[in-house]
Amino acid sequence: MFDICELHEPETLQEAKRIFHDNPDLKVIAGGTDVLIRMQHGSLAGAGLLSLRNIRELEEIRMLGDGTLSIGAMASFTKIFQDDLVQKHVPVLSEAAVSMGGPQVRNVATIGGNLCNGAVSADSASTLFALDALLKLENLEGERIIPMGDFYAGPGKVNLGPGELLVSILIPREGYEGMGGRYIKYAMRKAMDIATLGVAVVCKVRDNRFAELRIGLGVAAPVPIRCFEAEAYAKGREITLECVQEIARLAVKPSRPRTSWRASKDYREHLIEVLAQRAVAEAVKRAGGCCAH
Amino acid sequence: MLTKNAAGVAARKRLSMTVNGRAVEIEIDIRESLLDVLRDRLQFTGVKQGCSVGECGACTVLLDGTPVNSCIYLAAWAHGKTVTTIEGIAQDGKLSPVQEAFVEEGAIQCGFCTPGLVLSTTAMVESGHTYTHDEVRRELSGHLCRCTGYQKIVEAAERALRDAESAVDESPV
Repeated sequence: MFDICELHEPETLQEAKRIFHDNPDLKVIAGGTDVLIRMQHGSLAGAGLLSLRNIRELEEIRMLGDGTLSIGAMASFTKIFQDDLVQKHVPVLSEAAVSMGGPQVRNVATIGGNLCNGAVSADSASTLFALDALLKLENLEGERIIPMGDFYAGPGKVNLGPGELLVSILIPREGYEGMGGRYIKYAMRKAMDIATLGVAVVCKVRDNRFAELRIGLGVAAPVPIRCFEAEAYAKGREITLECVQEIARLAVKPSRPRTSWRASKDYREHLIEVLAQRAVAEAVKRAGGCCAH
Repeated sequence: MLTKNAAGVAARKRLSMTVNGRAVEIEIDIRESLLDVLRDRLQFTGVKQGCSVGECGACTVLLDGTPVNSCIYLAAWAHGKTVTTIEGIAQDGKLSPVQEAFVEEGAIQCGFCTPGLVLSTTAMVESGHTYTHDEVRRELSGHLCRCTGYQKIVEAAERALRDAESAVDESPV
């Protein structure tokens, strides 16, 4: 049995915001595949839970009028992996979603839960960061929309104010249109594993030059990061093997990987360079470019 | 709706769900997992408790047809849902085609992982989709088996999928 003292199961977002406003100490539970495991390990003892599972409106994935793809925070990884809009417009997110956990976990785990955990290894985070995604947060007083980069406050910490819930993830049209992408998860096992390193790349190619390149890294620093120097270097440059190699070298610069039992700092730095090169090359290919020479 | 646990008294909730085709009404403790309720209260002991943290897949059940780990799923969440455990797979004492395939391929050794694997394979068969070899392996990747080395399990799943496909092809139009 889990050490739970109370369970709130609102059916609307409004009701959830009201309950959270009145009880800011509640622990929000989405799919439960992290919260319940932590409880099984003895943390969060005696917690009161605010379950978002019954709020259907938070599961929706839809295209807004201005071309922004809106993904409800309670959309499961399986739903994101299989969703037609995601597959058509941001296939790289579908690729990241199916790399997380195993089928049973993906069937219940949610993208909102993945982000709100603040885990640097979150498979969706580096990809959403590379896609320039925005997060829509709401509490009873109102809403705010913040970029991914402002959400992560430290390992396991995110910038959610009192009574605030992550409602949806917004990927503006400029974030994904015309982009080829690739997510590479490096882990010891192909399933049911946590990333040793995650690299997400999206790029736009024009006349075999980088019109735009964005790189997001997971487990490369205390929080998911972007490689802005590498991105700036790429802009406008002709796509050659040397150029891609230089981008990969620059991608290591903003990283601050640590040594853990999964991998040493040196090994992670090596992974960033090698995987960034592979991910950029594949993203280029998917964007219609070529870096064969 | 609030279920509160005041002064150490366990909060309770009335749960209505369908288990293996039968309507079940039961009062549960909000602290219980779906695994606790299925195994200890409803005696569906085919739902195995393995790791308790969603790693091994032994506790897999189908929830509205979708495989989930019942050990990290609150029982309260199953309200209004349809649950299938391994006990609901054989009909009138006759093994399902998926179970037959596991027997035929010799995909069972100690049997602890088998209920979960049969259920995940059943979900694949009932989805009506076709799966490549890699996709079959991916769909079974949330189950640990310490005996077989997986080869025969994958072969059993592929056999079940093949049989289901040819059954559709042969059905009268």
